[in-house]
Amino acid sequence: MTEPIFEPIKGTYVRLSLDGRSHRLYFEEAGQGIPLVCLHTAGADGRQFRHLLNDEAITRHFRVLAFDMPWHGKSLPPAGWQDEEYRLTTRGYVDLILAFCAALGLERPVALGCSIGGKIVLELARAHPERFRALIGLESAAYQPPWYDDTGWLHRPDVHGGELCGALMSGLIAPQSPDETRWETLWGYMQGGPGVFKGDLHFYRVDGDFRDRIGQIDTGRCPLYLLTGEYDFSCTPEDTRLTAEKIPGARFTVMTEIGHFPMAENPAHFRRYILPVLDEIRAAAR
Amino acid sequence: MSAAAAETHASILSLPQLVNDDAGLVRRGRYLTATFLVEAGDLEFLVRVVEGRVVAVERGPFLMRSWTFALRASAETWQRFWEAVPAPGYHDLFAMKKLGVARIEGDLAPLMAHLRYVKDVVAAPRRARRR
Repeated sequence: MTEPIFEPIKGTYVRLSLDGRSHRLYFEEAGQGIPLVCLHTAGADGRQFRHLLNDEAITRHFRVLAFDMPWHGKSLPPAGWQDEEYRLTTRGYVDLILAFCAALGLERPVALGCSIGGKIVLELARAHPERFRALIGLESAAYQPPWYDDTGWLHRPDVHGGELCGALMSGLIAPQSPDETRWETLWGYMQGGPGVFKGDLHFYRVDGDFRDRIGQIDTGRCPLYLLTGEYDFSCTPEDTRLTAEKIPGARFTVMTEIGHFPMAENPAHFRRYILPVLDEIRAAAR
Repeated sequence: MSAAAAETHASILSLPQLVNDDAGLVRRGRYLTATFLVEAGDLEFLVRVVEGRVVAVERGPFLMRSWTFALRASAETWQRFWEAVPAPGYHDLFAMKKLGVARIEGDLAPLMAHLRYVKDVVAAPRRARRR
């Protein structure tokens, strides 16, 4: 029998009050040093960051934390959810991130978010730069034109939401990404609660149109890195470029052979892009 | 007929064998019975699916025929879609739609309910090229 392998990740729950309601939030962490808060994509959960959490080159210098948003993964929806339609808003998302950082006493963390997580770091950069050491947006843009009209397909009784979310997201993964991590990423999408992905997309597509406000971002107060995969047709490199051009000092990188889920779909390849960014942030902290 | 058109037509006509030889694909499509149209430039094909098996591919032109949904692109676009490692924008049906080189029309409910199956059916020639 081979020896069992225990990963260095620890998971636990924290109770947070958000918008006057009690929430039970699950998060995982590994490593020590500069706090690095990871924000997962719409309709998914913190498992997308398991490779970062297991990467000793990162956890040697960073305390990596990844929470499951309310309604996602092992975090519960708040009591009373059964009579509501879930909708993520800019304000609610910012409050969640700040409440999580405050609850854990994180001092000027780095926030790294992907897709909706990448979009919200733009708002953190605009409204709360003093609270963060650096901000990293993956597949992030102030605005991205939609690629289908009706998100209602994602939540209706005659179409299996999980099967559809997986099938839609499959196209956002680069053809070069390995089968194992491709299908693990899609498995996460297949597991989302009913209507949750659709509710996240309210922020991604409607409430989170930041074209009118990204000009207020001052990267002198908090460095901003934007990295987008060439196979992402939801938030394209062109969408990110248009955003970066309006933010003096923003650092923009196109990642080749990567789609919408860099850290999850091809973690080994993504390291080539993220390790230099994290090195730079660490060097600036010394 | 251009070389791209001839190759595209051959690929579409190969769908019954490519799909029916793939037991997992047939299993995932077992609740779909429908006819969908694949347009490749100025030629149309009707693909008849019965419980996950492609039982017929009929080549047009057609005068007046029923179909459930249609996937339309040029012959050259389908060739790019079926490359072993397609370029960004040509790697997925919805990517091509967003790029403006493909159209998806008709009754979308059966398509969305069986999206993984339909995507895998139309991408079958790519998987064959990778082998």
